[in-house]
Amino acid sequence: MAAKTLTIDGKQITAEEGETILQAATEAGIKIPTLCHLEGVYDIGACRLCLVEVTGTPKLLPACTLKVAEGMEVSTDTERLRKYRRMTLELLFAERNHVCAVCVANGHCELQTLAYSQGMEHVRYEYTFPKWNVDNTHRLFGMDHNRCILCTRCVRVCWHIEGAGTKNVSGRGGKSKIITDLNQEWGDSESCTECGKCVMSCPTGALFQKGSTVGESERDRNKLEFIVNAREKKQWNA
Amino acid sequence: MILNDLIAVKEKELASQKKIVLRCCMAAGCISSDSKGVKEQLEIAVTEAGMQDEVEVRGVGCMKLCCEGPLVAVDPKNELYVKVTAENAPSIIASLKGGKANVEQTDPDAAFFKKQLSIVLANSGIVNPERIESYIAADGYLALHEVLNEMSPKEVVEAMTKSGLRGRGGAGFPTGLKWGTVAKSPGAKKYVICNADEGDPGAFMDRSVLESDPHSVLEGMAIAAYAVGADQGYLYVRAEYPLAIARLHLAIKQAKSLGLLGAGIFDSPFNFNVEIRIGAGAFVCGEETALMMSVEGKRGTPRPRPPFPAESGLFGCPTLLNNVETFANVPAIYRNGAEWFAGIGTEKSKGTKVFALAGKIKNTGLIEVPMGTPLRTIVEEMGGGAPDGGKIKAVQTGGPSGGCIPSQHLDTPVDYESLGKLGSIMGSGGMIVMDEGTRMVDVARFFMEFCMDESCGKCIPCRAGTVQMHNILDKILKRKATGRDLAKLEELCDMVRNTSLCGLGQTAPNPTMSTLRFFRNEYEELLQPDTFGAGATHSQPVTK
Amino acid sequence: MERIKIATVWLGGCAGCHMSFLDLDEFLVDIADKIQVVYSPIADVKEYPEGVDVCLIEGAVCNEDNLELIHKIRARTKVLVSFGDCAVTANVPAMRNQFGLGNTESVLQRAYIENAQYNPVIPKADGIVPKLLDRVLPVHETVQVEYYMPGCPPPAERIKALLGQVLAGQTPKLEGTQLKFG
Repeated sequence: MAAKTLTIDGKQITAEEGETILQAATEAGIKIPTLCHLEGVYDIGACRLCLVEVTGTPKLLPACTLKVAEGMEVSTDTERLRKYRRMTLELLFAERNHVCAVCVANGHCELQTLAYSQGMEHVRYEYTFPKWNVDNTHRLFGMDHNRCILCTRCVRVCWHIEGAGTKNVSGRGGKSKIITDLNQEWGDSESCTECGKCVMSCPTGALFQKGSTVGESERDRNKLEFIVNAREKKQWNA
Repeated sequence: MILNDLIAVKEKELASQKKIVLRCCMAAGCISSDSKGVKEQLEIAVTEAGMQDEVEVRGVGCMKLCCEGPLVAVDPKNELYVKVTAENAPSIIASLKGGKANVEQTDPDAAFFKKQLSIVLANSGIVNPERIESYIAADGYLALHEVLNEMSPKEVVEAMTKSGLRGRGGAGFPTGLKWGTVAKSPGAKKYVICNADEGDPGAFMDRSVLESDPHSVLEGMAIAAYAVGADQGYLYVRAEYPLAIARLHLAIKQAKSLGLLGAGIFDSPFNFNVEIRIGAGAFVCGEETALMMSVEGKRGTPRPRPPFPAESGLFGCPTLLNNVETFANVPAIYRNGAEWFAGIGTEKSKGTKVFALAGKIKNTGLIEVPMGTPLRTIVEEMGGGAPDGGKIKAVQTGGPSGGCIPSQHLDTPVDYESLGKLGSIMGSGGMIVMDEGTRMVDVARFFMEFCMDESCGKCIPCRAGTVQMHNILDKILKRKATGRDLAKLEELCDMVRNTSLCGLGQTAPNPTMSTLRFFRNEYEELLQPDTFGAGATHSQPVTK
Repeated sequence: MERIKIATVWLGGCAGCHMSFLDLDEFLVDIADKIQVVYSPIADVKEYPEGVDVCLIEGAVCNEDNLELIHKIRARTKVLVSFGDCAVTANVPAMRNQFGLGNTESVLQRAYIENAQYNPVIPKADGIVPKLLDRVLPVHETVQVEYYMPGCPPPAERIKALLGQVLAGQTPKLEGTQLKFG
């Protein structure tokens, strides 16, 4: 593996060939906001929060899928990017029914944390108040579509870490929905192994352990990372 | 098959040609107004008149003046009958023996036809799309033979580069450069994909090409496959085009049986198979990365580029993806030479472009014009202007990704750069004419609603941004919006354009932005006075 | 020195934000010589006065009275602060919006008929019981709002921080743990 030297936010860094800008930045202690990214599963560049500016490229590119290149100059925190990030978050809050006050994830929610980090103290867009249901049919877990941001982390962990393929996406646009098997109730799913990885991966309160009270739902992401490291790097000791 | 066999097929076909040919349009537009019945009655009338030996009734593809269908052309009399019905069709046969048919005619030398230059549509309305012999008689598959026998793949790419052809899907990427990139990308397995997921509202160019001349697309794909080193092709056609799909299936079958597709084409070591994949109705699957996901059998959502399909496309292999019209240009380029093609059009936009002319215009239908033709020529001379003496207000190009060009810019030449400068795009060829009765905010809302409905939902700016923009446009139309809402709309346009994952989201604001640019007054007229902060003096309270 | 005129109002909300306001405890005494509370649910003032400097608004805009009052407040106040999640996001009161237009009927039905133990009847008295709006709105969707103080409720510390900045004539900014919903 050849090493590449590049500049991120004026800081000269080296990175391994094949690494993403997000990995390289994280190693260099530069924090880029992310939402659909989850350590352990592949990246899809969907949430657009990690968009960065690359000198010489007119388009903004997602740091999670952009590979490092020699001599690249990357800016991760310009005024324009901050503005877009805040707008993206506001759009998410206006899209479904995110009522922090009554959410299991309140205080442990990545969407909330990101909103604060971008200084979002209110949402300028009109809330759409769509009607979504809650699937409470599973023995152990629940899915509240009102809180779903369609990051598809649950889908990816279900397919690529657990290998069960229970979760998927149906519909399109704002009507997209995370479904279980062939769009049936979670409680009726035959493929679900009840491993709970989807719940661990959820950035908001959309997926929750039944019986958790408001503000109780802390995610154990280390378990996901441990499994992936164990498999890929043969590191069986945490 | 070798060259002599091909020539034999051609000569046999030409020799069997009858003295009089009645070309009856069998493309979807005319079929919808019963051209099948017309053709049947024509055949019966020919038999009844005992003229089977002199007259051929040939089902052909689109004859372009769609608004006047069903169309029947008579060769060599150079007559073009319009709005033919099953009832009055026999009188056309009667007229062959003298007299006048009791059917409306139009002038085949009118500007609508005369100003056209047919490369892509050269065979459309002439050959029978359901018979490969008909295509071969029009020099079909000659270019493929020449390319396979006399050119190296590298030379094929070089010729394409020299021709100056640019992608007809809308973005106008140089085709030769794309072919070269795929050719150079390392990989034992490569793919060629034809994007026939035409989805812009009002656009029907690709459908017509597939229905009228499917072999030109297959031949183009085979030449491309040879150039880039691919042996497998996919035609991604939307399910809404059943006739095109049926004709493609037939065309592939016929080409295979003659050894023009499959293994060892023209007795060369070159193998090329084409399969059809049917799109299930998502507009986003016209975006190349989403299309490839769909071909792979996955949910059709786009993925970030790079990597570009040329390096890592279908199943992770280097993949060449071109649109129907691009491929349809290919055989003619190799038959006539790259210089010939480069001699048509403008400096940066070579060749011709097919447009589906629709909307508030007298002559709706298909037109193919050299690049650089002024919009005015297309709309006023060929299209005949707005119907009922109305005034043309704007021309929309590029569908939901494009913009509205106001009438004061009608002298703009149609080429990639000029349309881009006006905030529109060439697009795949939809051209919708609007008259004074069209409200531009309505137009903007229509296209925004389209994008909102068709957003795949993967990335947030497109999924949620189009909803907000649509709601604001709706609010403006309902006369409930203020200047604040308009400012929010403009801010969202900028954001969605710059942050969306794929072309759908990146271009979704275009119709709104272009109507705001040229027709801002129409927005402002609908705005309400802002009473939001009435009475407020926003100064800080200071310690008094 | 003239004191700064402060108002607090209570629209569609649970009064939790006002409870938090009272949690300011001694701070209220500390600032007593700087401010004058001219209108508040905890002060017996019937009419919202003119010339108010700062108004903290608790609650979402739920009914016609709320809407009328908020416009009056806007016209008579220099600085509006959305006070708590209901004012900032419409929060729990807006959950009825999910039931679409016409939700008011079903909400009233549920509250006053289906869940009534005694005397099930939907209260109706024109001019006395205000009509519910079809849609519950956060304050800034009805009038211009200068500052936002999220929280359900915002803890006293946060109110103190923001009020302190406003009283000092600064543009208030909530940072770190002070910026939080829920």
